[in-house]
Amino acid sequence: MQVSMVLGPVLLMLVVLLFVTYAILFERKVLGWIQNRPGPNRVGPWGLLQTVADVLKLLIKEDVVPRKADASLFKFAPVIAFVPAFAVLAVIPFTDTLKFSDFAVGLLYYMAISSITIIGIMAGSWASNNKYALLGGMRSAAQMISYEIPLVMSVVGIIMTVGSLNLEEIVRAQKDVWFIFPQFVGFIVFLIASVSELNRTPFDLPEAESELVAGYFVEYSGFRFAFFMLAEYVYVFAMASLTTVLFLGGWNAPFGLTFIPPIIWFAVKFVAIVFFLFWLRGTMPRIRVDQLMQFAWKVLLPLAIFNIFLTALFKELPVIGNWY
Amino acid sequence: MLRTEEMLLNVGPQHPSTHGVLRLVVRIDGETIVEAEPVIGYLHRGTEKLAEDLNYTQIIPYTDRMDYLSAMTNNQAIVLAVEKLMGLEVPERAEYLRVIVTELNRVASHLVWLGTYLLDLGAMSPFLYAFRDREMILNLFNELCGARLTYNYMRVGGVKWDAPPGWIEKVAEFVRYMKEKLDEYHGLISGNEIFLERTRGIGIYDRETAIRYGLSGANLRVTGVKWDLRKDMPYSIYDRFEFDVPVGETGDLLDKYHCRMREMAESLRIVEQAVESFPESGPVMGKVPRVLRAPEGEVYAAIESPRGELGVHIVSKGKDKPWRLKFRRPSFQNLQILPELLRGQNIANLVAILGGIDIVLGEVDG
Repeated sequence: MQVSMVLGPVLLMLVVLLFVTYAILFERKVLGWIQNRPGPNRVGPWGLLQTVADVLKLLIKEDVVPRKADASLFKFAPVIAFVPAFAVLAVIPFTDTLKFSDFAVGLLYYMAISSITIIGIMAGSWASNNKYALLGGMRSAAQMISYEIPLVMSVVGIIMTVGSLNLEEIVRAQKDVWFIFPQFVGFIVFLIASVSELNRTPFDLPEAESELVAGYFVEYSGFRFAFFMLAEYVYVFAMASLTTVLFLGGWNAPFGLTFIPPIIWFAVKFVAIVFFLFWLRGTMPRIRVDQLMQFAWKVLLPLAIFNIFLTALFKELPVIGNWY
Repeated sequence: MLRTEEMLLNVGPQHPSTHGVLRLVVRIDGETIVEAEPVIGYLHRGTEKLAEDLNYTQIIPYTDRMDYLSAMTNNQAIVLAVEKLMGLEVPERAEYLRVIVTELNRVASHLVWLGTYLLDLGAMSPFLYAFRDREMILNLFNELCGARLTYNYMRVGGVKWDAPPGWIEKVAEFVRYMKEKLDEYHGLISGNEIFLERTRGIGIYDRETAIRYGLSGANLRVTGVKWDLRKDMPYSIYDRFEFDVPVGETGDLLDKYHCRMREMAESLRIVEQAVESFPESGPVMGKVPRVLRAPEGEVYAAIESPRGELGVHIVSKGKDKPWRLKFRRPSFQNLQILPELLRGQNIANLVAILGGIDIVLGEVDG
């Protein structure tokens, strides 16, 4: 076994944790900028150590398990929620060389593994023995399962075009034209569904603090709560990476600007998606739960299916067909 | 339809979206509200009973604590009632100052409503924008009377302090600033599809229901009833100013939003006119006896507070204290319709509908 096989994942884990630390700070700074306030600026220069301090605080907090909660399930739930978040990163190709597994069904793997998190959320909400938590958990289940479908359907067009579920091959296929152009409908559906999958504004119903006090994690405190939050931000990392890979051409440089290293291109596209997610949070109110379900089934799913139809149609057309 | 077991959920009294210590005992079937019952009294201080032991001037600071988002209008209600009872004249300059501060206070109160309402709907930025602008009004009040929330500014027969030099100019400047900001709010909120989806066609009631429940303020006007005490039972010097009374059509939450937004614009219009015709000089206190001894009798005086008709009923036995005093508190009255509005609604609409009513628990409990 090579050393790099051990070191690589550890390194990636550190990168992801670093991302989570600074994504939280970045989000708060972006929100502050939108909302006319400075955001965190007390711990460390420019507030750079704010998240570090927050994590430290969460670590030393008392570990509270409600007396009537299902203790073992309550403790295990955050783990179920956050392990898949890391597991999905295994198949993301960051560049031609920077990747872990060249998995033939990478896309399928991502979709399958990421849906396990919902079990953790449901288990946590059920084990909390709290009505608000249960409502939040139920909402999560309904929402994440519903949005899984348009999410998967929206990438079928890409699979049809590339003829592979391998994420690396998908990136290579975008050498000339990024899929955001020929698969525009799919991109829009994917973007909206992924925001919902991430439980972020305007689809942050599982944690609708104005209605449900906090949501599925209302009884969680300290480090167990941090695990849920960690899972959420790791998913931001994973989902932004996946969007980059699927629609924005991954590490491919636009306009032949190949002198800039591929990893920089990947990072730029990735950060743009992350910023978009934070920007949404600064401007959008929250949608209602029944509207959310209607939107998934009546708007996104038909759109995704229409996109599949459109892709099949264009594939057969002369000239345009070359794009597909 | 598949039926599930009903669940009893206590929303409040410490829930972040009940805008104070309101407790709602909600029976829900899944996410549908079967029944909701407001339980009030967590903030009850017995203002009306306390007032019987206080002389007329001493009651004024107690009214500050009722509707703590618009203490100026509360002050005006009580002083207006006593002035009416004693037949006192208020100097012109004081009347102008009263109009300016109460209208500014209406804007400040509506801004808090707007911010917290959008927060209830899950949007955080408008909340901070609204509080940024409210802050400027609070600063103006701070300069005028030294307080930011409980002003205790008005007195029977006038106001406590004259405006400091340059204050009126600052008010004029604020009005110009705020007009721009209202456009900014419209740009941020009015066209937002999610906001429209959350508010359009929700929490509807007709004018008969509104009148039957004794609603007032924007809650009544959204049903199309053009009833504003500033126009229909004129007090102070409101007959000198030009302004419109915004009314709604359908009575839904979206109407309430537009109604209150337009009310803010109208209030700014009034302040603008008041600043223009503000008397150069003059006293701010009328000729008032040192000890206020009201003649025997009964009086009811009401004003249009940001939340509706705020009335004061005083029964005097000729002493320096009221024999009996009763407040008609608009929040308390407006809250009554809540169970009817909530029946059959989605739980996500609960906070939206509650926020739309715009209650202040200090006033509900009295």
